Amino acid sequence: MIEIAVILALPFSAGALLALWGARKWAAEFNIAASFATFVAAAALTARVISEGPLLAFDRLFFVDAFNVFLVALTAFVGCTTAVFSRPYMRIEEAHGRLTPPRLRLYHSMYQVFVGAMLVALLTNNMGILWVAMEAATLATVLLVSLYRTPASLEAAWKYFILCGVGIAQALFGTILLYFAAERVLGAEGGALLWTELNQVKSQLEPTVLSLSFVFLLVGYGTKVGLVPLHNWLPDAHAEGPTPVSAVLSGLLLNVALYAVVRCKVLVDGSLETVFAGKLMMGFGLLSVVTSAFFLMRQKDVKRLFAYSSIEHMGIITFAFGMGGAVASFAGLLHMTVHSLTKSAIFYTVGHAAQKTGTQLIANIRGLIQVSPTIGWGLTLGCLAILGMPPFGVFASEFLILTTAMRDQPWATPFLLGALGVAFAAVFSKVQPMVFGDTNAKRLPHPPSMLPVFLHMALVLMLGLWIPPYLAEWYRQAAQMIG
Amino acid sequence: MSLPLSSQLLNLLAAVLLLLSFAMLAQRRLLSLVSLFAMQGFALCLATLLVALTSTQTHLFYSAALTLVLKVIVLPYFLYRMIHKLEVLWDVETLLNIPMIMLLGIVLVVIAFNLAVPISQLSSTITRSMLGIALASVLLSFLMMITRRKAIPQVIGFLAMENGLFFAAISATYGMPMIIELGIALDVLVGVLILGVFFFQIREQFDSLDLEHLEKLRDE
Repeated sequence: MIEIAVILALPFSAGALLALWGARKWAAEFNIAASFATFVAAAALTARVISEGPLLAFDRLFFVDAFNVFLVALTAFVGCTTAVFSRPYMRIEEAHGRLTPPRLRLYHSMYQVFVGAMLVALLTNNMGILWVAMEAATLATVLLVSLYRTPASLEAAWKYFILCGVGIAQALFGTILLYFAAERVLGAEGGALLWTELNQVKSQLEPTVLSLSFVFLLVGYGTKVGLVPLHNWLPDAHAEGPTPVSAVLSGLLLNVALYAVVRCKVLVDGSLETVFAGKLMMGFGLLSVVTSAFFLMRQKDVKRLFAYSSIEHMGIITFAFGMGGAVASFAGLLHMTVHSLTKSAIFYTVGHAAQKTGTQLIANIRGLIQVSPTIGWGLTLGCLAILGMPPFGVFASEFLILTTAMRDQPWATPFLLGALGVAFAAVFSKVQPMVFGDTNAKRLPHPPSMLPVFLHMALVLMLGLWIPPYLAEWYRQAAQMIG
Repeated sequence: MSLPLSSQLLNLLAAVLLLLSFAMLAQRRLLSLVSLFAMQGFALCLATLLVALTSTQTHLFYSAALTLVLKVIVLPYFLYRMIHKLEVLWDVETLLNIPMIMLLGIVLVVIAFNLAVPISQLSSTITRSMLGIALASVLLSFLMMITRRKAIPQVIGFLAMENGLFFAAISATYGMPMIIELGIALDVLVGVLILGVFFFQIREQFDSLDLEHLEKLRDE
């Protein structure tokens, strides 16, 4: 209980304190300390779940089970490493004159609020609070994306707000319909929006209402996952916001939105007892994979490139959950974890690479490995990992998804394989000249912090070779629940 | 068979809500758009109050008060102030001509009613016939957001959509639990405040609130 309270209270109070503290000297360090404390609390919660199993807290408003426990730990972990990365990164941005102290104050405060909102969304048992937290996360990121106040960043933030605002309004309508169906079974007082309650009575929920509700929920939360054709905001927001924000958007927010979709899918499957929800998710997932693979080839901006890569991977995960079954869902959960770790590591290196060369254009970033081997190798390794090279974890999960697809959905396999091939060719041919060859990179005014990159890569490597038994057990239990 | 008075009144309010949605679609002056939005909020507030009285659900009284404060007083006043500060009183251009938009709106209403039929049949609340209207006004606000070029009408469309959603919640289920309504209201309020700041920045950067300037980012 106490761990959940700490996890929920820490980021928001840290956000408020950072807003009051202002742009004084130790703000970045305080940001790291608060994120680290949140991570410690999440680790304590994880330890408790390992020893005691799932738990409900605070009048059933919050809960932890096999599905969200590792996502909470992952969110707190990446939130912490991104705070470590952002300290030198933002200092360099300030030295380059792109940011002023008041902006940094806004950044630090909103960073904490954003992470806090995601943790609320993950931990809550109430589908309504889940919606409110997702909307709060959107609002915090709108401010973060527009941090530079350039015309392009304003445009990206505006697009993000309008598209995700409208999208998430659809999700609210879906939630209302879900509540409507649940109220008839559970009554207004019976906690008709509590997921655990809904899960117990899911077979009694009215199928027509639930199928309509799921369409709205999928479109709504799917906008935030970045599923094609609802993805337009995603590349802009990733390219124009500060890099730490791109890292947490890609690594964490997309996961949280997908988590919301999957929670809804479990309920709808129980009510409909058909593959309706799965079919929809497979369709959206496959469309995202194929479309983004071809968009990858046309990108000139390195952050847009990896933003499209995120759409591709979210498509793969959505497809895996849509396909269902123990193996595919297990692989989907594993892929959520490794994609989050790898993609944030890539954004860390890409951010410093862009600072060293003063541009985000792929054509103008050259020979990183000569001036700074850590950034160059970090980018190369991250890139190989995200493209699914063994022995990294992404290979393991993609292999499982592909083999299951061959068995259960053979028609989809050529599309998946083709898209993965195109993505590989596109990304590798663009990244290779960025890393090798003659250099045009300059020295940075502050030494970058590369520890997070290699920490993430080490974890991804570990997950490719060996999954800790309790993590595998959570994946298995969650996969069984997702079905 | 005649319906009880309260149901008749509710149906009247629902019709008013739909009518206001259409009026907003056609309205080109920004200040009138804000007053229409306030009127829509007031109709929503009255409907909530009426449902609260007939169903004796106490939390609906708070919900009605919240709607009154937020959607009839605070937000319209904020928008009104902003329009004056930004001096954007001029007519709003639409992407399609108004009669065309109206026709599209009618099509959307028909679709909304068809979608809502299976759900309304299940509902046992006195308000069940209103769900179609609620969905229709959500879709009409959507249409308004699509057909407007300027930033402020898009935001008003967004807020009107929120009104439609609240109306859907009342008509289907006697409203969402209080804690959720509070959360949603807070999100909407913060969202509009952020957008307010945004308007000034967009204006500073582009010298206008025309969203044409915000169409530069795309993949070649």
